[in-house]
Amino acid sequence: MAEVIQATTLGELASLVRSKNAGPFWVTFDVMFDTDSDFQRVVASQVINKAWVAATWEIPLQDIVLVELPAARAIKFSFPRQRVQGDPGESDQYSGQQYAPLLGLVIR
Amino acid sequence: MTEPKSIRVFATTGALGMGFLDDSLARAIEMKPDVIACDAGSTDSGPHYLGAAAPKMSEQAIRRDMGRLLQARDALGVPLIIGSCGTSGTDAGVNWMASITRALASEQGLSFKLGLAYCEQPSAKVAQWMDKGKVQALPGAPETSSADAAGCSHIVAMMGAEAMQHLLEQGCDVILAGRTTDTALFAALPLLRGLPPGPVWHCAKTIECGAVCSTKMRADGLMADIDAHGFEVEPTALDAGCTPLGVASHTLYENADPIYITEPSGVLDTGAAQYEALNDRRTRVTGSAFEHKPYSIKLEGAAPLGYQTVAIGGIRDPYILRQLDSWTDEMMAAFEKRVAELTPYTLGVEVRIDISYYGRDAVMLSGETQANDIGHENGILIVVTAPEQSTANTVARFVSHAASHWPIPEWKGFISGIAFPFSPPEIDRGMAYRFVLHHVVTDITPLELFRFQTEDIAHG
Repeated sequence: MAEVIQATTLGELASLVRSKNAGPFWVTFDVMFDTDSDFQRVVASQVINKAWVAATWEIPLQDIVLVELPAARAIKFSFPRQRVQGDPGESDQYSGQQYAPLLGLVIR
Repeated sequence: MTEPKSIRVFATTGALGMGFLDDSLARAIEMKPDVIACDAGSTDSGPHYLGAAAPKMSEQAIRRDMGRLLQARDALGVPLIIGSCGTSGTDAGVNWMASITRALASEQGLSFKLGLAYCEQPSAKVAQWMDKGKVQALPGAPETSSADAAGCSHIVAMMGAEAMQHLLEQGCDVILAGRTTDTALFAALPLLRGLPPGPVWHCAKTIECGAVCSTKMRADGLMADIDAHGFEVEPTALDAGCTPLGVASHTLYENADPIYITEPSGVLDTGAAQYEALNDRRTRVTGSAFEHKPYSIKLEGAAPLGYQTVAIGGIRDPYILRQLDSWTDEMMAAFEKRVAELTPYTLGVEVRIDISYYGRDAVMLSGETQANDIGHENGILIVVTAPEQSTANTVARFVSHAASHWPIPEWKGFISGIAFPFSPPEIDRGMAYRFVLHHVVTDITPLELFRFQTEDIAHG
């Protein structure tokens, strides 16, 4: 009997979702998984793609670096920060709380 | 030709002053490393620490770690290398670490040859380089002019492995360096002993944060063995392990690109690396490559932004919460006039007022996807930035007062619309800084920007 795979969210499926500065001009996002099958399932779903990242964080598509890393069971993307770390109006010095929009992504 | 002997490197903890387990240190000493290294700084915490040349860690925290490491070094007779002293690696940071180290040596009766490496650059010199086109912005950097560079309060140039090797070759036992790439501290001795750059730099990148890449993510150490073909790494604590997944994942941390990692002397390529578990505590990595490039040195510079005064409050009235934008816009228009009445400055030019609402979009700003969900309460943060502390405080005083009484159409009469936890609500937070330089200097040799001193410390 074929296993029925329930739709879930990225927040439920991932072992770690985080955001962090990569130097003062860049923010980087890491999405990691406990198993190869969870990782492959999210890669195959293509829900994390440059067009979605560009639309969600309002940044130009060509500024985005996006890689899939099987050895780390991780999907990673990075883009230049909206403002240099610490410039006037800074809200998140470490960019540590910028990942929330990823959590609700539906994975079928 | 015989292969170079493998080198054992002890990475004590992610950042000097964060601490490590005493049992781990004892075990590390039994494992007889060839070198002990620890990073003491970063730009990660923002421009303040460079702009003000102030350390992030307390003197007490540094003394605790450094005292134990000096004793470990003495017991082993191997070099101890500390990089990015005083968080930002300014000359003041190196001198601060040196005075702590001299005091500890005296208290503990230790003798050693101390090496100091200074890397601060005069802002006028950097401005000249910029005018001559010798300086390039890194990707994502904003437009920077030579005048911006000249306005920096501190500029550091980042040292590579060669600067550490320069002091090792002079027989230094304890090296306190200004701003240094995290990896260079660990790579210096293995490269000097002839090990190949691929495994050396990949190992250095893996261990720079200490035990963070192990199964116990805490402030503690790692031990790595680098040989001619790869490297092996395990935690110094017996209850933790380094797994292939954990080691592979660490190349992601705080890096925009996890495959290609730039050093002053070239680029590490981890794309073909293989990670193999030797047992449940130890992982072997092979296949790391390094491509040499013309030498480049990174500059980091920070400049004063202005003095700031902040006020914190909360809003619970749902009628205010449903019109925060118009409420804020109306008061900001009045503040513009009031700034002109009370100060010689113009709002939006020399003086800034930033108001943000926690519970709405204060964290993600324009990127917030749920900004229209009105909660039952919001926090308000008022930040005033001005050329003098007194001006910032003057402006913040009328802003916090006027904002708390700013009317809404629903209520007829004088309201008190902000819950302030403190009186006075205004908190002066001193000078704020901004990053100006995050650039590279090219057409440069590895040592020409740096100054070195050695000193024989003799006690007991």
